[in-house]
Amino acid sequence: MNLLLFSLFREKKRRRVVELTEKMVVDGGTGTRCEWEGRWNHVRKFLERSGPFTHPDFEASTESLQFMLDTCKILVIGAGGLGCELLKDLALSGFCNIHVVDMDTIDVSNLNRQFLFRPKDVGRPKADVAAEFINSRIPGCCVVPHCKKIQDFDETFYRQFHIIVCGLDSIVARRWMNGMLLSLLVYEDGVLDPSSIIPLIDGGTEGFKGNARVILPGMTACIDCTLELYPPQINFPMCTIASMPRLPEHCIEYVRILLWPKEKPFGDGVGLDGDDPDHIQWVYQKSLERAAEFSITGVTYRLTQGVVKRIIPAVASTNAVIAGKGQNPGIVKFAYIPLNNYMVFNDVDGLYTYTFEAERKENCSACSQVPQDLHFSPSSKLQEVLDYLTESASLQMKSPAITATVEGKNKTLYLQSVASIEQRTRPNLSKTLKELGLSDGQELAIADVTTPQTMLFRLSFTS
Amino acid sequence: TMAATKTSKEQRYDRQLRLWGDHGQEALENAHVCLINATATGTETLKNLVLPGIGAFTIVDGHTVSGEDVGNNTCLRLGSVLWSASVPFLVCKTYGLIGYMRLVVKEHTVIESHPDNALEDLRLDQPFAELKSHIQSYDLESMEKKDHSHTPWIIIVAKYLEKWLSEHNSQPPKNYKEKEAFRQLIRQGILKNDNDVPEDEENFEEAVKNVNTALNPTKIPTAVEDLINSEQCSNITSQSASFWVMLRAIKEFIQSEGNGSLPVRGTIPDMIADSQKFINLQNVYREKAMQDAAAVSKHVECILQSVGKVSCKNASFLRVVCCRSLAEEYSVDSVNKDEITSYMDSPDSEMVLYLMLRAVDRFYQQHSRYPGVYNYQVEEDISKLKLCVNSLLQEYSLNVNIKDDYIHEFCRYGAAEPHTVAAFLGGSAAQEVIKIISHQFVPFNNTFIYNAMSQTSATFQL
Repeated sequence: MNLLLFSLFREKKRRRVVELTEKMVVDGGTGTRCEWEGRWNHVRKFLERSGPFTHPDFEASTESLQFMLDTCKILVIGAGGLGCELLKDLALSGFCNIHVVDMDTIDVSNLNRQFLFRPKDVGRPKADVAAEFINSRIPGCCVVPHCKKIQDFDETFYRQFHIIVCGLDSIVARRWMNGMLLSLLVYEDGVLDPSSIIPLIDGGTEGFKGNARVILPGMTACIDCTLELYPPQINFPMCTIASMPRLPEHCIEYVRILLWPKEKPFGDGVGLDGDDPDHIQWVYQKSLERAAEFSITGVTYRLTQGVVKRIIPAVASTNAVIAGKGQNPGIVKFAYIPLNNYMVFNDVDGLYTYTFEAERKENCSACSQVPQDLHFSPSSKLQEVLDYLTESASLQMKSPAITATVEGKNKTLYLQSVASIEQRTRPNLSKTLKELGLSDGQELAIADVTTPQTMLFRLSFTS
Repeated sequence: TMAATKTSKEQRYDRQLRLWGDHGQEALENAHVCLINATATGTETLKNLVLPGIGAFTIVDGHTVSGEDVGNNTCLRLGSVLWSASVPFLVCKTYGLIGYMRLVVKEHTVIESHPDNALEDLRLDQPFAELKSHIQSYDLESMEKKDHSHTPWIIIVAKYLEKWLSEHNSQPPKNYKEKEAFRQLIRQGILKNDNDVPEDEENFEEAVKNVNTALNPTKIPTAVEDLINSEQCSNITSQSASFWVMLRAIKEFIQSEGNGSLPVRGTIPDMIADSQKFINLQNVYREKAMQDAAAVSKHVECILQSVGKVSCKNASFLRVVCCRSLAEEYSVDSVNKDEITSYMDSPDSEMVLYLMLRAVDRFYQQHSRYPGVYNYQVEEDISKLKLCVNSLLQEYSLNVNIKDDYIHEFCRYGAAEPHTVAAFLGGSAAQEVIKIISHQFVPFNNTFIYNAMSQTSATFQL
């Protein structure tokens, strides 16, 4: 479906509701627009002229441009490689109401592609600098920065946007965003109210590869529907690292995981900081020693840093391509068959693009509304349930917290994120489900960083 | 200070140095790129080349040079000048929702193509002497469990292959049935405990899993064969580029020390093994690779040319990209009719967009403007553009049909240059320029079309 049309439709419905968000203070930018002759000529040709390939519901009019210039509110998540490109693309395409969220500060290594930043900006928050740059360079555009984590905001914040575009660097964050937009969906008599849908455009890049996808929460495949598409993180087995290294990477991981906590080279409680050159230098030297023990060659400073920080190579060109691709559906995609919602790009050998329709997963744990079943025997230990939640390809939870109603009372069975509760509930992991007082058909409420909402699972006892 | 600048550059370019290395970066910093026409597409490409550190730029903007816009006339003249001077030329255009790129480079050699999923070079079908004796140093039957379970799978496959060959008249497993039998043979080698239950030997499982690829016969890739048999390789002169000298040296190596094979690559994948066994095996391959590289070097010396870095480990992945000139593309005598007509069998193939771009250029030549720039022109220009389409097809004797919808759509575009398409193309173009300058990764050959409506693309050789 045409996203712009979509947003217009939603906007019309919204106008009937009291807009609390209008009361929010808008910082930054002058808010005045200075137009010059022909400024929007390029864009006009697509919004004000009909054509043979436009969507059947599309009506050429001047309304769309006005909507874009005056009303359309877009949220950009991430002001890094993709974020900078997205902000520029949106601003130059005519969007004037943009918010950007990023909790990071600028690093020297960002400067080869995050072009809204200069050497003098190193150390400052990305969101602030990005907004300043766009606001001062593009008259009439107002970018509002937020130096916060996406988790610092709730539904009232996200609900005000017509479209959300993500340039995130972690799958966990993507899933959280995905879950947030799913939680905004309104069902009336079991039917999804389309005006509660906020389209999500998500992109990612790695070296010369990238992808962009369009998600209409509740309608098309969501992030969790295609979780198996994401490559698993490389974690070497402990026995290799501890006693049988073969590659220089094994030596570096040995120092990071085993030697650092043991030797505490910079003091008690001082964690390894990948951004501290002194830390990396220490790891590098120790890795060389480890490698020498086993006659392994190839440990370099650059490799050390790459392994410790899990660095992903990046260039300006791929980010420019994916931002351009991702932004297209939002703005000028009036395709006659808008089914393909997942696009991949690779320019290692020539240029390769591929577009397909990612399909919804029938029993997706995030968007299907089908209660997720947990099949375990009553004599299974809670640890097994925990392992399943973290290791299953379709769930891939990070540190789930499990609660259940036992004998009428809410009971936390296990929670990792708060040390005192973790200690108190740890013994439960070795208890059986029966011992914990759980029964067949029991509902378990599970919370995790991968989703803003608690997920309900149903315990189904096997014999 | 020099050191401080170097470190700050290393920090700044860290994320891209991991892709093309210091030598690639040096090539970029020594390059001089000329941008002609500072359109949205042009400036986007420029931005994407400034950021990674291209050394120098010259910008020529059509509007100040002369009133003439960049129609295909200018392009053709420029193209022939650059062709004669052997300067790579990349044409980029955003036209409405269509992106277009045309690479014109006579002969572009690539040593470091960085292939995505390369097969390993293990030589199990024809083990060299040092590998053979290393394999022989193992006696699986007499090993203790610890050693047995930490023997590299390459050794395991080699050992069982020896057994198989002796039992099958020196014929290796060829079809699925035989390979399955071979896998079984390996499985039988897994140690059993006192209750005759097979132990958990992951290295043997790795061996079984890798049988398929491990049994691949050592072969020179067709692309490399073609290069070796090419004219440039056969006729080395004092003018020959070092790429061809190196290739010739490799050819001579193949015919002598190599016994019909390329120099050994020298790398092996990671696998379950104890450190010593793995390193020892790795060193066998590594030392052989160095030996082969030294032999190739001697051949190079004999061919009397100095080559900067003899890169034998890339021998399997050498590529050369030769693009046809613009003159050849546009001439009625040499137009690639076959390519065009075969793609136009599907009337909605991206090829129709290429033909429309050509038609639109023709329109410009006749009317000194593009179709549909002003709203009132859209309707009336449709028939004019259709005439251009027909004359184009006639001139080149192209028996294809272009749907009226596309003619209408191109009038609708009014030669607009929407930013999103310019951004996409600017990113793509910049990367192709980086490939040409660094001689790493493989450029496209030679026409790229991007359709922002359907988010699809295609590459044609025109």
